[in-house]
Amino acid sequence: MRAFTNLYFELDRTNKTKSKLRILRDYFLSVSDEDAAWALFFLMGQRLKRLVKTSDLKRWASDSCGFPDWMIADCYDHVGDLAETLALLVKAKTKVSHLESKVEAGLSDFVSSALLPLRGLGSEVQGERIQSLWNRMDCAMGFVLNKLITGGFRVGVSKTLVIKALAEIAEVDPAVMAHQLMGNWEPSGANYRALLSGDASKQETGKPYPFCLAYPLEIKKEERLDLLLGAASDWQIEPKWDGIRAQMIHREQECILWSRGEQLLNEQIPELASVVLESEGAFVLDGEVLAWDFESDVVRSFSDLQMRLGRKKVTAEIQESVPIIFMAYDLLEEGGVDVRSLSTFERRKRLERLFASLESPLFRLSPTLELVGGWDAIAAERLKSREKRVEGLMLKHGESAYGVGRKKGTWWKWKVEPYTVDAVLVYAQQGHGRRAGVFSDYTFSIWKGDTLVPFCKAYSGLSDVEMKSVDRWIRSNTVSRHGPVRVVQPDLVFEIAFESVQESSRHKSGIAVRFPRIHRWRKDKPAKDADTLDSVRALL
Amino acid sequence: MSRTQTLVCLREEGLYCPAGDFFIDPWKPVQKALVTHGHSDHARPYMDAYLTSSSGLPIVRERVGRSAHIEGLDFGQTLKINGVQVSFHPAGHLLGSSQIRIEHKGFVCVVGGDYKLEEDRSCEAFECVPCDQFITESTFALPIYSWEPSDSVFQSINEWWRQNEEAGLTSVLFAYALGKAQRVLCGLDPSIGRIGVHGAVDIFNKHYLAAGYPIPETVRASRNTKEQFQGKGIIIAPGSTQNSPWLKQFGERSEAFVSGWMTVRGSRRRRGLDRGFVLSDHVDWKGILKAVEGTGAEFVGVTHGYADALVRWLKETEGKTAYELNTLYHAIASGEDEENGKELS
Ligand SMILES: [Zn+2]
Ligand SMILES: [Zn+2]
Repeated sequence: MRAFTNLYFELDRTNKTKSKLRILRDYFLSVSDEDAAWALFFLMGQRLKRLVKTSDLKRWASDSCGFPDWMIADCYDHVGDLAETLALLVKAKTKVSHLESKVEAGLSDFVSSALLPLRGLGSEVQGERIQSLWNRMDCAMGFVLNKLITGGFRVGVSKTLVIKALAEIAEVDPAVMAHQLMGNWEPSGANYRALLSGDASKQETGKPYPFCLAYPLEIKKEERLDLLLGAASDWQIEPKWDGIRAQMIHREQECILWSRGEQLLNEQIPELASVVLESEGAFVLDGEVLAWDFESDVVRSFSDLQMRLGRKKVTAEIQESVPIIFMAYDLLEEGGVDVRSLSTFERRKRLERLFASLESPLFRLSPTLELVGGWDAIAAERLKSREKRVEGLMLKHGESAYGVGRKKGTWWKWKVEPYTVDAVLVYAQQGHGRRAGVFSDYTFSIWKGDTLVPFCKAYSGLSDVEMKSVDRWIRSNTVSRHGPVRVVQPDLVFEIAFESVQESSRHKSGIAVRFPRIHRWRKDKPAKDADTLDSVRALL
Repeated sequence: MSRTQTLVCLREEGLYCPAGDFFIDPWKPVQKALVTHGHSDHARPYMDAYLTSSSGLPIVRERVGRSAHIEGLDFGQTLKINGVQVSFHPAGHLLGSSQIRIEHKGFVCVVGGDYKLEEDRSCEAFECVPCDQFITESTFALPIYSWEPSDSVFQSINEWWRQNEEAGLTSVLFAYALGKAQRVLCGLDPSIGRIGVHGAVDIFNKHYLAAGYPIPETVRASRNTKEQFQGKGIIIAPGSTQNSPWLKQFGERSEAFVSGWMTVRGSRRRRGLDRGFVLSDHVDWKGILKAVEGTGAEFVGVTHGYADALVRWLKETEGKTAYELNTLYHAIASGEDEENGKELS
């Protein structure tokens, strides 16, 4: 556990990619295959599910440190991270120092002897075991333990970086390593050795390819698209759908649907797999899972889709009330052959050919835009995105291969401009994670007659300097407090950007907006000139 | 309760003693200001007259201006102001920092200002002053804040510096320019390499040297001396210099912040630091409880910081009559270190 704790804090300490890579490499090379396998498990964001209840954990910590619930809640509001709060509180009591910390087991042994057996034990026994671990750990190790058992293990390294470190160790291309690591990683020494020797790729047939990601296209008014991107005819233009990105894998009588977040979607959307299994041939499609309105033949809102996917149990009823389709736009594998290195135009041709034989209302081929009229026509099409219920356009270079991860210059997403509204800051709360200890989570209101009604929350969009100065302002302009929430003088006005607006009975204002974020601080505007609910409702 | 509210109360300008007609650390211009210490949220300019501890006087003068009318009172000496007896006692926060004891008609109130109980080679040690009413700060008044002995922190700092020296990196240690910087300087091991300071730190160093505190030999880090710090040495600078062109001239660096806030990972990460060292010039949770107990005070007023939690704890667990005093310390940006309004530790 010491080596793994050190790994965590060394990674946490540095912002430099080069150093992180070195730290990861050093760690993997210095520990046993079993420890490396488990470290990889956690670094890839996988978690030990349902080990202990968070409410139990808080109670055990409260017993250990002798502070009541309200104090733990106050500290948590300030720290913004439960695992860290509890570790700090317990340490303040036990005073175990770095040198006195005695947990010799390696990560793998620790997980299998101390953590996994917790599953299924009564909460009292679990509590005794965790508390006795805490008593033998310093603050840093206790924190890592808490992270592991609460399942919120995140450290400042991306999967891409972990993959790169392993690729360097195995001396293979990162893309090869990325492919081997798609899907769930079963942590064992044997699997780790197979991963490094390159045998893992043959083992599993259900793994998806890394998704090719698009860069946002941001162009200023005076910039010309032809100068920026070349001839329009070099590009394939598609709508940018507002659903869940997914890969449909059909190999050897198997059909697997993976989301971009590497979530298996088969259970939630059983109807797609059954269609695929009836079809001929083998393929891997890249596309978007969408909720669909068959009556008017248009896409339904993202929140409808979320409602469907959020259900634990997929009933016939929900399948009927929120039907799902797969909107395909790329072909990655055809007849068992990886075709990602072919050009976009060529892959599209093959995709269209495939679709001629894949007949089902649940599978659709995403349309490409006819290019008569060049960039001007494309720009005009983008402006119609909202009526077509899409987020904007996708621009894919016709001669480019299907890339791994986010590469600049081959795929662009060109979203429509967001809506904006000037709203008044009314409540503030301290943030979590990077924004811990700073009032950075805000609630904004707009006018309904002469009262302000809360209309959205937003966390992001201010620079660090602005955030600090708003934080300071909040501290000296607090009118009242409700737990962690400060009610402030309704004086500051911010321009809030958002993607769409919907009726909502759950919100006081009667509307809900999607992806609200702060565009800028309108220091020039007094609160009385902020926007009204009527003006926002007009966007419905 | 009535006496506690009347001997020292809160006014728009700051903490006020009506019987003596003077203010303590006021934030708006007043006639007579008693000042606990030289941090800019406590010692503000434009007061008609100041009274502070003799040993803190040069620093307060540095802060409020050459021409200001300032008088000094030795620690422990008493003075009558309009029939109210006042005296200054060491607060252990920084050189000359004081608690102010105010006695009137047998009732004693001690205004703690900013204070700490930990050992500090760069200032007078905190003195426990018995009283009926104690006014305490609450900058770090949450039990997650629990300081390690300063020697072990200095050991880590020196260790980090030594490693950077070997790796050919300049060590940059961000510290509040007054108090923290000098405390850290007294803990550095000069045998590791050269010690540089930013001008804002240098201004205060001379007062510490004049008072006989063991500040090691330093070089003012600037364009003229930058070669001495490229890839080597340590530079102590205020946090506001992070990302500044001034700092960039020293080349490849390892950057660390030394502050009580570094306890929390989020504040380390937010600043994009290589390291965070936990060392504060404010009192931690246990320290506050110890100080409150030591004074024997029945009434406890809580100023700037995490007052809510402390007030509730003092009431429910310690059986004190505790209440929040909504002062403006820390809420207003401090002049020299604007960005770190909150990090005056
Ligand atoms: Zn201070
Ligand atoms: Zn202060």
